Amino acid sequence: MILVSAYCAVLLSFASGLLALLMNQQHILLTLSQYAVKKCFNDAGHRQDWLNKYLEERHYPAFLRLAVFILLGLSGVFAVLAGLAVLITQSVITDQIALGLPWLPWHVRFDCLSGFFYLIIGIGVCAVSLYGPGYVHSNKEKDHPFAVLGLFTGLFVSGMLLVLLADDAFFFMIAWELMSVASYFLVAFQHEKSANRRAAFLYLLMAEVGALSIILGFGVLASFSDGFTFDALRASSLSTTWASIAFVLALLGFGMKAGIVPVHVWLPEAHPVAPSHISALMSGVMLKVALYGLIRFCFDLLGDVHWQWGVVLLILGTLSALGGILYAMMQTNLKRLLAYSSVENIGIIFMVLGLSMIFMANGHPQLAALGFLAALFHAFNHALFKNLLFLGAGIIHHQTHELNIDMLGGLIKRMPKTSLLFLVGCMSISSLPLFNGFVSEWLAFQTALQVDVLDNGVLRSLIPVSAAALALTAALAAACFVKVFGLIFLGQARSRNSGKAHEVHDKGMLAGPALLAGLCFFIGIFPGVIIHLINNVSSQLLGATLPDDSTLGWLWLAPVSAHQASYSAPLVLIGALIAAGICYGYLRRNPLTVMRRAETWDCGFGGLTPRMQYSSSAFTMPLRRIFASVWIIDEQIYKDTQGAMNQDVTAVHYQLHIEDHSWPRLYRPIACGVNSLSKQVGRIQTGNIRTYLGYSFATLLLLLWVIS
Amino acid sequence: MNWLIAILQTLLFVALAPLLAGWLKWCKCYLQNRKAPSLFQPYRDLLKLTHKQPVVAEQASWLFVTAPYIIFSATILAASVIPLIAVDLPTSASADVIVMVGFFAFARFFLALAGLDIGTAFGGMGSSREMTISSLAEPAMLMAVFTLTMTASTTNLSGAIAHVLNSGLVLRPSFVFALFALILVAVAETGRVPVDNPSTHLELTMIHEAMILEYSGRHLALIEWASQLKLMIYGVLIANIFFPWGIAETFTAQALGYGLLAIMGKLGLLAIFLSIAETLVAKMRLFRVQEYLGFAYLLGLLGMLSHIILEASR
Repeated sequence: MILVSAYCAVLLSFASGLLALLMNQQHILLTLSQYAVKKCFNDAGHRQDWLNKYLEERHYPAFLRLAVFILLGLSGVFAVLAGLAVLITQSVITDQIALGLPWLPWHVRFDCLSGFFYLIIGIGVCAVSLYGPGYVHSNKEKDHPFAVLGLFTGLFVSGMLLVLLADDAFFFMIAWELMSVASYFLVAFQHEKSANRRAAFLYLLMAEVGALSIILGFGVLASFSDGFTFDALRASSLSTTWASIAFVLALLGFGMKAGIVPVHVWLPEAHPVAPSHISALMSGVMLKVALYGLIRFCFDLLGDVHWQWGVVLLILGTLSALGGILYAMMQTNLKRLLAYSSVENIGIIFMVLGLSMIFMANGHPQLAALGFLAALFHAFNHALFKNLLFLGAGIIHHQTHELNIDMLGGLIKRMPKTSLLFLVGCMSISSLPLFNGFVSEWLAFQTALQVDVLDNGVLRSLIPVSAAALALTAALAAACFVKVFGLIFLGQARSRNSGKAHEVHDKGMLAGPALLAGLCFFIGIFPGVIIHLINNVSSQLLGATLPDDSTLGWLWLAPVSAHQASYSAPLVLIGALIAAGICYGYLRRNPLTVMRRAETWDCGFGGLTPRMQYSSSAFTMPLRRIFASVWIIDEQIYKDTQGAMNQDVTAVHYQLHIEDHSWPRLYRPIACGVNSLSKQVGRIQTGNIRTYLGYSFATLLLLLWVIS
Repeated sequence: MNWLIAILQTLLFVALAPLLAGWLKWCKCYLQNRKAPSLFQPYRDLLKLTHKQPVVAEQASWLFVTAPYIIFSATILAASVIPLIAVDLPTSASADVIVMVGFFAFARFFLALAGLDIGTAFGGMGSSREMTISSLAEPAMLMAVFTLTMTASTTNLSGAIAHVLNSGLVLRPSFVFALFALILVAVAETGRVPVDNPSTHLELTMIHEAMILEYSGRHLALIEWASQLKLMIYGVLIANIFFPWGIAETFTAQALGYGLLAIMGKLGLLAIFLSIAETLVAKMRLFRVQEYLGFAYLLGLLGMLSHIILEASR
């Protein structure tokens, strides 16, 4: 039953993709339907009218779009149901599908880990399919055909779901490639701009290099076992060296997809150019699938983890978290900023996962379960709020045609509902109490503080430093999202487009983000719901759970023991409401002192203009100066002068260009190396037929020598 | 009973905060050869502000008007977590020290947004600087606090203070480092000299005042009160974590009375030190603050390392 609904989720998303293909086939459908109605029913009259109404020129595209997204939404619902069912029953379901290689049918396994990620995908897909019909409505069919978008969205979602079901390396890679390639077409969807094509190509290149590395990782495992099924891979026993090689290959492959520093560069290129609901899926959900791959590979297939791997993850995670948020801070394109912030969040998840590995390898499975809980919880939270923020960015772009935050402003009055939803997203991602982001960060801190149980002195001093880096990351994230919300929604409009914006009319476009925002708040108040589910995952995968916290009930969260640390969000909420209520009621009691509106104080000079407000680069200037060496900063000021002796300055031009260090340090050398290598190889291509015949002859001789 | 005491203690916290500000001002005036206002002047100011009609800029949205209430209640929640006159409070189980830092972050988030809401250069400047300084101060603060929590192996503030109290007078090098780190952070976070000057309105130096420039009436009263409360919170943290003696461990009238006297004495002494420091030290340039906070972070780190190397039980 559970497996059936898991399959249903895959099939429905696949079907939604196929249905989208019918976009341009309405004439064929019309004839077919007339034929069928005539054949089957005698009283063809009103049925015909009913069908024609939907198939006629005007209604058909809207109807089909709606149908495609309904199918996608149903797929999401089934994914949520299947995920919840397997998590609650704690079952492991295996199956085989007679597809694939003759000697290797597709093995399917649906366990708690897959179920948890099914849940994440399901929620993301549900929100996107509520949002989608309104968002794609304004696309011009001629430039951006919906058939392409719908087909690849369906394939993309079904690819992600299949990755989670796969139980052999072959099937896993097929599903992985389906996911990667389908998402390539989605990134390249708005292909009329050359920058978008470049971004898509970069994405495809890195996805394929990553996939290659994953295949090699599976290859190392498979060479020590008898087969490609995950069961066989689990049974294999590797020496430490080979296990470490496999780990590094998997880390490179999955890390590339997840966007860990320094292999993150495709994220800030690819996410801004995809349609917003696709970037929401890619950032909120696809990165989690990569995380799933890493967890499956390390904790499940490799079996025994080594603490050195944990240290690698911890260091990489810390670098990604800090680097991601610092780069995000400097961006002016909203979606690019959100992409960099994904790098940060993935970094946090990797950090905690690394802690979990360290505790696991040192023989503290309960603490490992705590770290694992924090990692998966943060993955879940990130899926919620990043999806929310990307959908919000989509609404902003849809209404103002602007993504540059220096060109927005004042939207809180023009788009009150959107601004409230976006505020919830910003508060969650800045990990403020009462919202979900805070709970997972709190758990991460609690994990890091358990360091006293370790014997290794280096680890004991390294982990608190990474905890402080986590604190810095959280504080910088708050600064970054104050900037985002403050510049986009507050103040005065900085451009005509944002001055004329109005609230989005489509209810679905608000319902999708509202669902996510509601979940962010609900889980922030009652984190126990998700924690119990993740506990089931870790009991199945790690063989350990948190110490029993059921004595404290749903009100309290006490991951280690009630004595050591506890947090009760409902009580905090009640306290906050009481405190705010009392002072609000007390202070507003006098009707004589109602508020008066007056002009903004302009220091007596008059004429405040929107251009006097702080801009993005002004807001981040102190941080840019403090952390100057993190970026490559190119800052230039020109003055236009006129008059005698060039005394009068007529205009001042300010240019700021900020680049990622990884391009000149890592990628350009690699690109140069590949170029010069291919030039060397090119030397043998003389263009002369006699030389080529000589090559053939030499090869033939060589082969004869080999087989003889 | 426990809950009642916890709530009473929080009320006491809120009520005493302006008194501490008044005492601080009194000490500073005395040191600078000025005539001091009454100790109760901050109460009169707050009362006066609550009776005035607030004037709100036309540009302001709902966020600007709600922010003072959010800031004030978040600060009260932070205060409710901290043992003032007695340990073993139920409120400090519902939120530990990391959550307390979270409450500060919450208040700051809305204060910075309110600064940006009006759309003037002053507000943006204040928000930008506040977020910069706090993002550097937060890791230093957590580093200092983690030293304490790892020593006591609990992040519950009541539990940690009880642990320090029960282990007697032990000289811990880590605590010395953590104390200095926390003092430096406290000065930065509460906007005192040398990081910010609460009594100036000069655009080159303003941080906190720049954000709240547009506030008036009851909104201003709430924000002022919240910042007085924040000063007191940091004072109580320093006093009760590192010198917890005198705090009530049982809920008898006598013990609570002694606790109240003890904390008032400790805070009075701290305020004298702070006013001496503020009189002697000049305000520093904005771009020196990172070195100052970097030093605080370094002290916190040293405290943590000396805990791990010298004091941990294995």
